[in-house]
Amino acid sequence: MLSIKNLHAGLENKEILRGIDLEIKAGEIHAIMGPNGSGKSTLSSVIAGNETYEVTQGEILFENESIMGFSPEERAHKGVFLSFQYPIEIPGVTVTNFIKTAINETRKSKGLEDMPAKDLLKLIREKAALLEIDRNFLSRSLNEGFSGGEKKRNEIFQMAMLEPKLAILDETDSGLDIDALKIVANGVNKLKNENNAVLVITHYQRLLDYIVPDFVHVLHNGKIVKSGGKELAFELEEKGYDWLK
Amino acid sequence: MNKYTEDDLKKELETKEYAYGFYTDIEADKFLAGLNEDVVRAISKKKNEPEWMTDWRLEAYRIWEKMEEPEWANVKYTKPKFNEISYYSAPKQKPKLDSLDEVDPELLETFKKLGISLDEQKRLSNVAVDIVMDSVSVATTFKKTLGEKGIIFCPISEAIQEHPELVKKYLGSVVPKTDNFYAALNSAVFSDGSFCYIPKGVKCPMELSTYFRINEGGTGQFERTLVIADAGSYVSYLEGCTAPQRDENQLHAAVVELIALDDAEIKYSTVQNWYPGDKEGKGGVFNFVTKRGLCETNAKISWTQVETGSAITWKYPSCILKGDNSVGEFYSIAVTNHHQQADTGTKMIHIGKNTKSTIISKGISAGKSQNSYRGLVRIGSKAENARNFSQCDSLLMGNNCGAHTFPYIEVKNKSAQIEHEATTSKIGEDQVFYCNQRGIPTEKAIALIVNGFSKDVLNKLPMEFAVEAQKLLEISLEGSVG
Repeated sequence: MLSIKNLHAGLENKEILRGIDLEIKAGEIHAIMGPNGSGKSTLSSVIAGNETYEVTQGEILFENESIMGFSPEERAHKGVFLSFQYPIEIPGVTVTNFIKTAINETRKSKGLEDMPAKDLLKLIREKAALLEIDRNFLSRSLNEGFSGGEKKRNEIFQMAMLEPKLAILDETDSGLDIDALKIVANGVNKLKNENNAVLVITHYQRLLDYIVPDFVHVLHNGKIVKSGGKELAFELEEKGYDWLK
Repeated sequence: MNKYTEDDLKKELETKEYAYGFYTDIEADKFLAGLNEDVVRAISKKKNEPEWMTDWRLEAYRIWEKMEEPEWANVKYTKPKFNEISYYSAPKQKPKLDSLDEVDPELLETFKKLGISLDEQKRLSNVAVDIVMDSVSVATTFKKTLGEKGIIFCPISEAIQEHPELVKKYLGSVVPKTDNFYAALNSAVFSDGSFCYIPKGVKCPMELSTYFRINEGGTGQFERTLVIADAGSYVSYLEGCTAPQRDENQLHAAVVELIALDDAEIKYSTVQNWYPGDKEGKGGVFNFVTKRGLCETNAKISWTQVETGSAITWKYPSCILKGDNSVGEFYSIAVTNHHQQADTGTKMIHIGKNTKSTIISKGISAGKSQNSYRGLVRIGSKAENARNFSQCDSLLMGNNCGAHTFPYIEVKNKSAQIEHEATTSKIGEDQVFYCNQRGIPTEKAIALIVNGFSKDVLNKLPMEFAVEAQKLLEISLEGSVG
């Protein structure tokens, strides 16, 4: 599904990613772990097409097609979803209105009509229940005054609504208490199937107790220095990152 | 927090379509350019006015002659040459076109974006339509309903003939001829406009524009509107429309007077979309408007405006809170793009006891435009316990536009409570990227952010107008990113 080859990217002449290779197949859950500053968030931004970062070398293929020349919204339309580490506030725009716009713009890109209100309502009800989201939450301004936990739950709610092929969860566990973490992880697991894939980016092993990865990769200094199964996460938890440097 | 019910959710999910109204374009049968007493007399004569009206106009002309054009507004433009303007034009139908192919393609493109139906497009651009529009029957129904309630709603020229006692009593009572340069000019030469009278205790059963927009032929360069809500009555009045209005006349100087007698309420909503000039700032309408309302005891006046058009806007819908416990409200969205300049705001004059006013102003600047809020809150010495709340928010797009706030506060009574809040923000790249990542293209993302920013004011508009206004904001800001 996602194939990254020798990816180099950076910010204002400073190289952050120094040759990443990564293969993710449909039905798989991958985790990328690594210390602060190792390039985890840069990688997720670059996959999503954030133009703040400059890609200097390498390639990203999504479903066997290079997406290097695609805008962020085109990548989203193809099924790439990024759950933000720091979700952005948009005052005056309700969660409902935002997700309605996102869904209808995605449909428009595929030449489809707007989703009928009845269907949208049904979908919202279903997904809100899945993530134990209160109805009042949907009428609030997007992320404005949300607690850390509410912001992350809102990200996963949007993911549930958009049903992406590849979901990148960037530090989704940060700011979550254990109950919220369970709800979010539970939601991700329910949405997971053999046709989609998840890339979990995390600093700690904690989230991986609930979203169990098939593969774990350690990112250090802009490179993947070690890959393994889920047991690698436990090893990291025990030994820290230093032994890999 | 209010309970957010399933119905609310449904409502939000509905995409309501609305048929757009429009003024018919007019072509003019013009007077020679220039202004003097003979021209004023001639205008009055053309309209078959009684002598008192002619005298009233002449007095205004003599006042205007001695006045200077104001220069205090934060706008720059070449002053109109008053001797090169023709002050009277009789509406004459444009030649009928045979098909939409003959219409300006740019105009058609805008119609398409606003979602105007093909039949409506034809009507708006004066293409012959095969089917007889049902508007005539609709208008007749409206007339009947209004007539049964004793509501008078007609062109002001007709009111001068038919209801001289009301016109004599109220015309110029809120905006006197001496008020300002443009009000004096308008008083001398006003072409036409609307007159509305709601009798005691009557709640007007419909939004008045619906009727107005179907029925009224053209809009003039110097419009005069007079709305009188008698004791205990209520009326909601809508002016303007979202479809772009092109006009040969560069200078527009309208006067609107509202009178809300004891316990009456007037809600006056405007969408202004006059031609703003091209991307280089050439052409465009100068819109110099005087709008003011008078509130007697327990009366309420709400002004809501969405200003997206005109090259220069100079406009301060105001409330004189004369009666005790009267309430004034001003809700405004002003969008400027390219080279547009807007200096707009309100005046809340508190005279009576326990008077209350609310000001919510949202300014959105893009391109190389300048957007100023100018507002006065004056609390008179006898206005015990007066309250005002003002909120002025500015949203900037790009680095070449400007937002300015000029609040004036004058308080002569110690019991007054005044709150003023102001914010300035910029649309962030991170906000846009977030939307992009959810599949929302940049232009749509900007529209979403702008609509969110303007929500407090959009909510004050009648439902169908609000939907139009949202689309209009989107169109007005097109091409402002990138």
